[in-house]
Amino acid sequence: MCGIAGFFALTPRTLAPRGVLERMVEAVRHRGPDDAGVYLDRRAGLGHRRLSIIDLAGGKQPLATADEKLWVTFNGEIFNYVELTKELTARGRQFRTRSDTETILHAYAEYGPACVESFNGDFAYAIWDRERQRLVMARDRMGVRPLYYTVHDGVLVFASEVKSLFLYPGLRAELDPLGLDQCFTFWSPLAPRTAFKGVHELPPGHQLIAEHGTLKVQPYWKLRFPARGERSRADADAIGEQVEALLADATRIRMRADVPVGAYLSGGFDSSVTTALAKGYNEGLRTFSLEFESPELDESAYQRTLVEALGTDHSSLRCKGGDIAAAFEQVIRHTERPVLRAAPAALYLLARQVRDHGFKVVLTGEGADEVFGGYDIFKEALVRRFWARQPNSKWRPLLLRRLYPYLGGLQSQPARYLEAFFRTGLAAGDDPLFSHLPRFALTRRISQFYSGDLRRAINGYDPLEDLRSTLPPEFGSWHPLSRAQYLETGCLLPGYILSSQGDRVAMAHAVEGRFPFLDHRVVELGAALPPAMKVKGLREKYVLRRALGRHLPRAIVERPKQPYRAPDSESFLHAGAPGYVDALLAPEAIGRAGYFEPRAVRRLVDKCRNPLGPVSAGDNMAFIGILSTQLLHSCYVQALI
Amino acid sequence: MKHDISLAVRRFIGENFMFRDDGDAITHDASLLDAGIIDSTGVLELVCFLESSFGIEVHDEEMLPENLDSIRAISAYVSRKLESRKIELVA
Repeated sequence: MCGIAGFFALTPRTLAPRGVLERMVEAVRHRGPDDAGVYLDRRAGLGHRRLSIIDLAGGKQPLATADEKLWVTFNGEIFNYVELTKELTARGRQFRTRSDTETILHAYAEYGPACVESFNGDFAYAIWDRERQRLVMARDRMGVRPLYYTVHDGVLVFASEVKSLFLYPGLRAELDPLGLDQCFTFWSPLAPRTAFKGVHELPPGHQLIAEHGTLKVQPYWKLRFPARGERSRADADAIGEQVEALLADATRIRMRADVPVGAYLSGGFDSSVTTALAKGYNEGLRTFSLEFESPELDESAYQRTLVEALGTDHSSLRCKGGDIAAAFEQVIRHTERPVLRAAPAALYLLARQVRDHGFKVVLTGEGADEVFGGYDIFKEALVRRFWARQPNSKWRPLLLRRLYPYLGGLQSQPARYLEAFFRTGLAAGDDPLFSHLPRFALTRRISQFYSGDLRRAINGYDPLEDLRSTLPPEFGSWHPLSRAQYLETGCLLPGYILSSQGDRVAMAHAVEGRFPFLDHRVVELGAALPPAMKVKGLREKYVLRRALGRHLPRAIVERPKQPYRAPDSESFLHAGAPGYVDALLAPEAIGRAGYFEPRAVRRLVDKCRNPLGPVSAGDNMAFIGILSTQLLHSCYVQALI
Repeated sequence: MKHDISLAVRRFIGENFMFRDDGDAITHDASLLDAGIIDSTGVLELVCFLESSFGIEVHDEEMLPENLDSIRAISAYVSRKLESRKIELVA
């Protein structure tokens, strides 16, 4: 796990000097504090910051083949490198190290760019093929590891994080109005778009091949679901055994490391499963968690139940409102996009705790909800679809009360209002985005704060239409649950869960997250399962609970879903809040940045500071979204304070 | 009196849900839910405002779109509540 950066002249020309490459790499030092290296020739420059996890002595990068015809700079892990090394050795390849990095070089030498299909891992790499004068970049299937690029003056410039790109001569940061509009709809820009103009993100499951003066970006893996009615009869026990065996193997290969591997333990079902499975491979497993002051957010009672049942060596950090605000400035420097919740700051603090205990690697339970149908939005869509068949039914919308039990504000609404909220898009049953329309509508309320300049720059762009245009042709033939899973896995997972709440805040402290549920074999199995094996009635993750629940205390298996949440606007509006909050939200600063209407923001801040009741989800999202945009601008575009 | 109620309600909705100086953009009869002006928990804020500004008590069974989903409906509802309180006091 590391940070990479580099550049490649699309056609022969003078490249930036070595010092530029060194500075680009230095900008991601936090991702790899253990070592650094650069390689530069007349056509390409590859840079690397290393976090040593596998083959501590031999894994230095950039790494070349013995004939130095191939060079690689690589961030991440190829978890099946042991099996691949055997396979490649049998084909006559000679390895000089024990590292997974060398596996990439030999696999490329043997299979060309298609080698990526044989990798089971979380990775982002660039291979410089000197003989063919070709640069090949690739990113893992689910988007765990980041990879950004831009083309400037005939040179492809790339890096693990956007901040490195702006150190290349002639490149400067400017926020992209459409990227912001996507953020304020989907919670993050959708790759290849980013929050920065002209900067692209290599989408998950894609590779980029640069040769003969052109770039070709193409998918090597796609998430697909069976058409409705294609499935055979489901045997829950047989499926359960298959799920358990595959998850156990996904966990086993994710325990491969030459340093100790720990685990996050939130108190929820998913991280409990990964912890229970990991315990089978490491008796003295260390686990880490966060506690909150607010009883609505705190899960420490469940964490204690689990620690007792699983017998892990556990450390917990108590997170206070002041901690969130103190960390948030740095968090946004790392997320490199606006966020709509304070939760990324909580996970930043958790990763710091892990690092303070000397750990570099943790397993987490992320991905289970997307793969096995755990989110309330899936059940919400099924209830809304059921209700839409009889829109005048009085009792069908009452099922909505059984969703989002952790949202006190939503639960305390009168029935008729709850109904009215979820009625959004009820008549749009044919809309491919049906499942997500209420969420998108709620998030898009932030657009009422847009300044005239931002509205003009957006110029009528419709992010929902943009998303619809990217859906695969067979999307409409899938079961509604599959469609909702596809949207969630394509929108929220890579851009928010795995990035703002994942890689970026963990790697801020050089901590590598590993995700057994996102092993592509598990993802493919989950996609192929009959919908009733995922959401049965209104019970989420049915087959997963059935198969893995026996390893866990009953209280954990039966508890309702609760996402990772942290106090939002209240974290920033207390007497001891850091000075940047007021400074960046002041009308002059809002006006100087130019994205939002200063008077509207003033009213929002006043309202959140002196709320008549609980601050609504929409107001909290707007507050965090605006504050984080101001921080992003101040950090990368022009200092505001 | 009804005019004053309507002005105060319009101002509150403008400032608190639309974040503008006034609520001129909403018509008297526009549905606040359909227009996306009141969000998932906004009705609770609206009720707090009505109770504290007009000294009325909004009962659970009165929290209905018929009473609270447009400026006209809210004004009429508040007027009725104030009227009935006056009658109670006289009695």
